[in-house]
Amino acid sequence: MIAASPVALAGPELVLVASALVLLIWGAFQKTPTLVFTGAAVLALIAAAVVAATGPLGVAFHGGLIADQGSAFAKVVIYLASAIAAPLGTRWFADRGIVRFEYPILIIIAALGMGMMVSAGDLISLYVSIELQSLALYILAAFQNNVAVGVPADGKSSEAGLKYFVLGALSSGILLYGASLVYGFAGSTRFADIAVAMSHGAGGGALFGLVFLICGIGFKVSAAPFHMWTPDVYEGAPTPVVGFFAGAPKLAAMVLLARLLSEGFGGAVFQWRQILVAMALISVAVGAFAGLVQSDLKRLWAYSSIASIGYALVGLAAGGVVGIQSMLMFMVLYVIDVTGFFACLAALTRGGKPMQTLDDFAGLARERPALAVAMTFFALSGLGMPPFSGLWGKYYVFKAALIAGLAPAVVIALVGSVVAAFYYLKLIRRMWFDTASGPTDPPRRSGSVVAYACAAFAFPGVLIAVTWIDPAAKLAAMALALR
Amino acid sequence: MNGILSITTYAPLIGVAAILALRMFAKQDDPKTDNAARWIALATTLATFALSVIMVAGFRPGQTGFQFGEDNAWFAGLRYRMGVDGISVLFVLLTTFLMPLCIVASWRSITVRVVEYMIAFLVLESLVVGVFCALDLLVFYLFFEGQLIPMFLIIGIWGGKNRVYAAFKFFLYTLLGSVLMLAAILAMIGIAHTSSIPELMRHHFSSGVQTWLWLAFFASFAVKMPMWPVHTWLPDAHVEAPTAGSVILAGILLKMGGYGFMRFSLPMFPQASWEFAPLIFALSAIAIVYTSLVAFRQTDMKKLIAYSSVAHMGFVTMGIFSGTVQGEQGALFQMLSHGVISGALFLCVGVVYDRMHTREIAFYGGVVNRMPIYAAVFMLFTMGNVGLPGTSGFVGEILTLTGVYGASTWTAIVAASGMILSAVYALTLYRRVVFGEMTNPALATIGDMERREMLTFLPLIAATLYLGLHPVVIFHVTDASARVLANTFQAANAAIGFRQ
Repeated sequence: MIAASPVALAGPELVLVASALVLLIWGAFQKTPTLVFTGAAVLALIAAAVVAATGPLGVAFHGGLIADQGSAFAKVVIYLASAIAAPLGTRWFADRGIVRFEYPILIIIAALGMGMMVSAGDLISLYVSIELQSLALYILAAFQNNVAVGVPADGKSSEAGLKYFVLGALSSGILLYGASLVYGFAGSTRFADIAVAMSHGAGGGALFGLVFLICGIGFKVSAAPFHMWTPDVYEGAPTPVVGFFAGAPKLAAMVLLARLLSEGFGGAVFQWRQILVAMALISVAVGAFAGLVQSDLKRLWAYSSIASIGYALVGLAAGGVVGIQSMLMFMVLYVIDVTGFFACLAALTRGGKPMQTLDDFAGLARERPALAVAMTFFALSGLGMPPFSGLWGKYYVFKAALIAGLAPAVVIALVGSVVAAFYYLKLIRRMWFDTASGPTDPPRRSGSVVAYACAAFAFPGVLIAVTWIDPAAKLAAMALALR
Repeated sequence: MNGILSITTYAPLIGVAAILALRMFAKQDDPKTDNAARWIALATTLATFALSVIMVAGFRPGQTGFQFGEDNAWFAGLRYRMGVDGISVLFVLLTTFLMPLCIVASWRSITVRVVEYMIAFLVLESLVVGVFCALDLLVFYLFFEGQLIPMFLIIGIWGGKNRVYAAFKFFLYTLLGSVLMLAAILAMIGIAHTSSIPELMRHHFSSGVQTWLWLAFFASFAVKMPMWPVHTWLPDAHVEAPTAGSVILAGILLKMGGYGFMRFSLPMFPQASWEFAPLIFALSAIAIVYTSLVAFRQTDMKKLIAYSSVAHMGFVTMGIFSGTVQGEQGALFQMLSHGVISGALFLCVGVVYDRMHTREIAFYGGVVNRMPIYAAVFMLFTMGNVGLPGTSGFVGEILTLTGVYGASTWTAIVAASGMILSAVYALTLYRRVVFGEMTNPALATIGDMERREMLTFLPLIAATLYLGLHPVVIFHVTDASARVLANTFQAANAAIGFRQ
């Protein structure tokens, strides 16, 4: 194999860095983001996705950056999700009088960080990339807070941003502590070297460090019991931003976790599997039971996403190619669902106020049947009803887990999904069974277009799309698992 | 005739597309749109019925195994497989037979959100037909589980006062059963490396595995059936559902439980079925006696019929797990006959409910004076429910009892008392509603059945009497498959030393 140059291997990252810098200068002169400006950001992200999909494969910077099928697969999904988030959010903020050119740039920087996460083959690049995307997301969470243009500050958004930052910083500390422990016992920060050290008996101490690493990443994917920040941040942060960071960053962190576990600690599968299964089941339980009492839809979906991460972790705990593939399938379908759901929320207002509580959605099926159908699709998909995409994600995950002999975990997770069914049904009930309390405003075009597209994917698109995603995810999983 | 099963399954969706197209260009709540939606739905269901008649006409009864097979590659190694045998083919016919009647029965009684209602019914029909045609575990699961959604909406949107509670109870009960079945399905695919139902029937699962898989499937089908003690969702769902919803629920959806037992539990886990048969017998006997007594105490007409459904399904489960040819034949016949009779009984309740808007038994009395035709029709189906010889209700019950007698004499004796109890509650209901003095002044103006209603009942009357007097038409179709089912079950257990 001819070794590709590091520059070529870092192609997608370079595209994003260059475009972020150019846009920053452009924006500094132009002040307000025009359609062309946002369009350029979207193009940059799509270009990065194309480069990631077609670029050379190999290892660069002494293992700091790995470009393989696994990272390419994840990058395409991440960049495309970001490409949707950039215009969606810009329009949403513009509707509320917040016009700042930084928004698409921050999305690009977050996408850059996520792309580096899925390529990280080294504890240093792992930490740097996580921090890069986190910092961008902290700012995005507090973005609905613009005193400069005379819009009254939304205290909740600032609160969300601060909460996210403080807890995120704490988790970064834990992550860093774990990384230093692993380095101390294994003598290297490279995943490949850690694996060698593990096989030569670096056991206990490095595993101790791994626990901290898993905890730190668990924070980022909001797996219970590290989920406390999620509902508060989702509730306060601007809706399209929530739609963004409920999706792609979790996929990135899950892929990172998969790579770390299978490349660095592949020999210790029976040790970390217990941790993952415990985290997964606690997540499913917390997501199901705590969601029951929520009345705010964004908080509700925060718990729904916690439960979803639980399912993905069940797949990852299964390990091996099958397990990682199932996790990838689940996460991709989940990202599309969650993007569509928050696009619905972003599109809808009632009397100029955002529709946030369950009661706000009463009678939506009469007023906005198309959006109500889309939201019903996402709810049913989250519930795992056939033939919607959520079921297929669960199908992969549970099949992998059963093959790995995790039958009790599967049964517990499935029973958890029955408990969670109650709150999904509550939303459907509000929309279909109840009568409206007042007229809704015409839905915003940007949000509803994304919502319809994602709903059409949830059903029937998924039935065709899996035929292509399945082999791609398999290749990706093989790259992530066998090294 | 390849592909006829898929065509029949998806034909109702063409009607859905037509109604959706109509809805896009028409105003909401326009009576003209509503009417057009009704006609489209009726035409679609009739066309689907015609398709299934063609399918049944082309079905070769003597053959064992599956006919009209379809097998296409899907994704990730999954396959889309369809096919019917003597067990499933008549359920397809029953479904498509009842659907147009449901549409006609809802013609006047559903006045709000007609477009959505018709769409929900057509989607439901498509999914139910799919359940009976699917020959792949996963495809089966898609259809089986998918029909929860339209039924949930039908109960929840067009139901009675307590509809939300009933809809949630229906959904969650059934879902809990089905997720366990999903786990079992995934485990089976993992063990046998195939999701093809015919291949799985030939696969031998080890006895420990069989026990777990059997229990998981049992969880799903027992709730669906429903068996005592997980039947409590049924009375609520029936009472709250609109008339046509009750007809479909009792007429078809319950049958999916019995069908599941015959399609999966018995042939795939014969050993576990054998070991758990005493449990089934006990639950069935309890269901027959207990729910009959409960039915007797009901004050709501629909609730009474709902409990009687549970009792009648007790005969079915008992017959299936007797593992004898008579038991299987009887169970199949009982399911088909109950589909017609209970559907008709709910329609009977619907007739007076549409006029008086109450189902309280005490409200009525002496309606024979004002509604002679109704009284005659109601009488026929009450007799069918009791199991009077000459109606279809008799044949199934007597056959299942014969089948069970050999397997478990005590069960048969206890269950036979259920036939007497069914006479007690059904005739009491009939007496209190139809006969006696007409004391309620509100009933003074009640009118007899109109032409549309009579038209709905005509096919049901014909079916009840024809099947009762000439049951061979059914047995002719089911015979080969029922025989194979019973014989392979016996042979599988004889091979490991279980013998009757």
